Amino acid sequence: MITVNINGVERQVPEGTTILQAARALDVSIPTLCYHPWLKPFGACRICTVQVQRPRGYELLTACNTPCEEGMVIRTDTDNVRQARRVVLELMLARWPNVPVLQQLAAELGVEKPRFRSEFCDEDPEACILCLRCVRICEEVVGASAIGYEDRGIKRRVVTPFNRESEACVACGACAQVCLTHHIKFEPEDYRGKPPEFLLGPNTAIFIPTPQAVPKVPRIDPEACIHFKTNGCQKCVEVCEAKAVNHEMTDQEIEIEVGQILLATGYELFDASVMSQYGYGRLDNVYSALDIERMLNATGPTGGRVLLKNGQPPRAVAIIHCVGSRDENYQRYCSRVCCMYALKFAHLIKERCPEAEVYDFYIDMRAFGKGYEEFYSRVLHEGTNVIRGKVAEVVQAGWSKQDEGTLLVRCEDTLIGRFREIPVDMVILCNAIVPQRDAERVARLFGLSRSPDGFFLERHPKLDPVATSTDGLFVAGCAQGPKDIPDSVAQASAAAARMLATIAKGVVEIDPVRAEINEEFCSGCRVCNALCPYSAIEYLADKNVSRVNSALCKGCGTCVAACPAGAITGYGFNDRQIQAELEGLLAVR
Amino acid sequence: MKEQERFEPRIIGFLCNWCAYTGADLAGVSRMKSAPNVRVLRLMCSGRVDPTFVLRAFQLGADGVLVAGCHPGDCHYQEGNYKALRRTLLLKRVLRQFGIDERRLRLEWISASEGEKFARVANEFTEEIRALGPLELTAALETGPALELEEVRA
Repeated sequence: MITVNINGVERQVPEGTTILQAARALDVSIPTLCYHPWLKPFGACRICTVQVQRPRGYELLTACNTPCEEGMVIRTDTDNVRQARRVVLELMLARWPNVPVLQQLAAELGVEKPRFRSEFCDEDPEACILCLRCVRICEEVVGASAIGYEDRGIKRRVVTPFNRESEACVACGACAQVCLTHHIKFEPEDYRGKPPEFLLGPNTAIFIPTPQAVPKVPRIDPEACIHFKTNGCQKCVEVCEAKAVNHEMTDQEIEIEVGQILLATGYELFDASVMSQYGYGRLDNVYSALDIERMLNATGPTGGRVLLKNGQPPRAVAIIHCVGSRDENYQRYCSRVCCMYALKFAHLIKERCPEAEVYDFYIDMRAFGKGYEEFYSRVLHEGTNVIRGKVAEVVQAGWSKQDEGTLLVRCEDTLIGRFREIPVDMVILCNAIVPQRDAERVARLFGLSRSPDGFFLERHPKLDPVATSTDGLFVAGCAQGPKDIPDSVAQASAAAARMLATIAKGVVEIDPVRAEINEEFCSGCRVCNALCPYSAIEYLADKNVSRVNSALCKGCGTCVAACPAGAITGYGFNDRQIQAELEGLLAVR
Repeated sequence: MKEQERFEPRIIGFLCNWCAYTGADLAGVSRMKSAPNVRVLRLMCSGRVDPTFVLRAFQLGADGVLVAGCHPGDCHYQEGNYKALRRTLLLKRVLRQFGIDERRLRLEWISASEGEKFARVANEFTEEIRALGPLELTAALETGPALELEEVRA
């Protein structure tokens, strides 16, 4: 530790501390422009000039890149210092008279008008003042070195290599972030097409997906994280005191041996952008049900307020049921949950924006559960306009004479038998629930069947609605078909109880349908050995016969059909039983 | 032709328990109309269909045999349906040698959710067999001692 004296106050600082850092630790303000705490001191702007006492007189030094020395006496508030800073600023103002950061500093330092004139005067308020923080952050932190500067002195300019679009740029926006004058602008991309948590408003590359996330830890989006593009940055690692950030972490495959599996893989939302007539992904303020769910969430991006893209509350909102469901062109089935959540949206929008008109376009209102019909009539009494008719299209209503809304919903009102056009600010689509896109792969993996709509098939719709055709494999929730939360909970509870029952029993009952080899007839040809997909048939070399392991055998009967000696009996489906069945079936003409 | 005189083929359907039989069941509970000519015999797997069963069915007077299992890759027993495919192709050649039109044996993949496909296949196959007419067995298969079941298998 070394001792320094700043403006008469003594302070112990670690060796290597710059004057600027020491001053800031003592709450002594020193103006800076090119300084940035993440970057190496550069000393380009000279605005942080301070006075250091020397045995003979004093020295003017830049605070940002001068390390403290033992016994150093520093003054930041003398006339000399102020004069030096004023000159620096006057020179800068001569060149960039309208840049707000410079004007603000000028006001603080009492510079009214620069005494100098520059031939290269740039009156743009967003002119580049050559602090070069952008170039340095791109090199030192991001590691991309996508921008640099060319030429020297008065001709110096920040440029991309060869003045072309830089291939090294990873579009992280760090340069725009550190730019003092907004000379560099970053236009964020459209977040559509990303998972729901991205849909409303920008996010950072390291984030907690939702406030209710389990486990509640931040995660890194490798597609957005700078480190994965340039190998640089890792600022999050530096600031994390717990040393918990690890960029090297990769997906791990963990093998766990289990006896039973519950498939509750859920659903996916139908991509409404396929139905271009509704404008999802094309028109502003057209949202999917999950977008709105996020917006209505008190911990969501708008804090639970219903807002349009321009930040205003909507004056009229349209809710469109059956988007992609009950539709011959997409999904023929009913998604079951949409009517009720659409009514919930209507209720919540009425609650949060009492002035807004809510239009609810439905084909049939399916309020099928306990208390649902009562909720429907409550929403009706709250003044929601329910219109029975499928919406034909949603269009931009820029031509509207009274500018009543920005979108126009065209539909047929089948109850009054008329075609209607209703101006609204916001459109909410009730997308169909569709199977996960990898449902087929999962079904193959587990040997499951799927119903025609693509959801996993239960063993029996009434008698065994939680089991599947594979023993020990159960299904619950929307993986089996669209259903609401109470139904999902009921099905999952039933499946869990079924699994627990097996565990409590301690033994697994197996079907009596099994194959057995009569060793007297077996010639030891081993044809059956290779046929068995479960490797349940072992060959006994000493006896020159094959034997079925009845715990492994599943009873398919492939070996029975193949045995050239007829030595294998398939219990439950043996040759004589089948022959007798055939005779019986063909006995009548 | 009058209704009573129309030839009603007898078809044996060997259906696997997991896909085709469930599919046929679905066709039933969905109240789909399908030809009643297909007389269903449930097996655990299409791989259980012993070629002798097919020959025996023809011998007992069936005019057509339908073998239906899971789609390739979907077999409940992993690959029983591939065995059925191999056997069916071989069996078709054997049938020709017996003087039986190979179109009388048909292999289909019907999943548990394809009730509609089962109904369609049943109807199509019935019409096809109806067009082929009743199966006339050669004397050999009908009575011949050389073709007793055990020998066919050997």
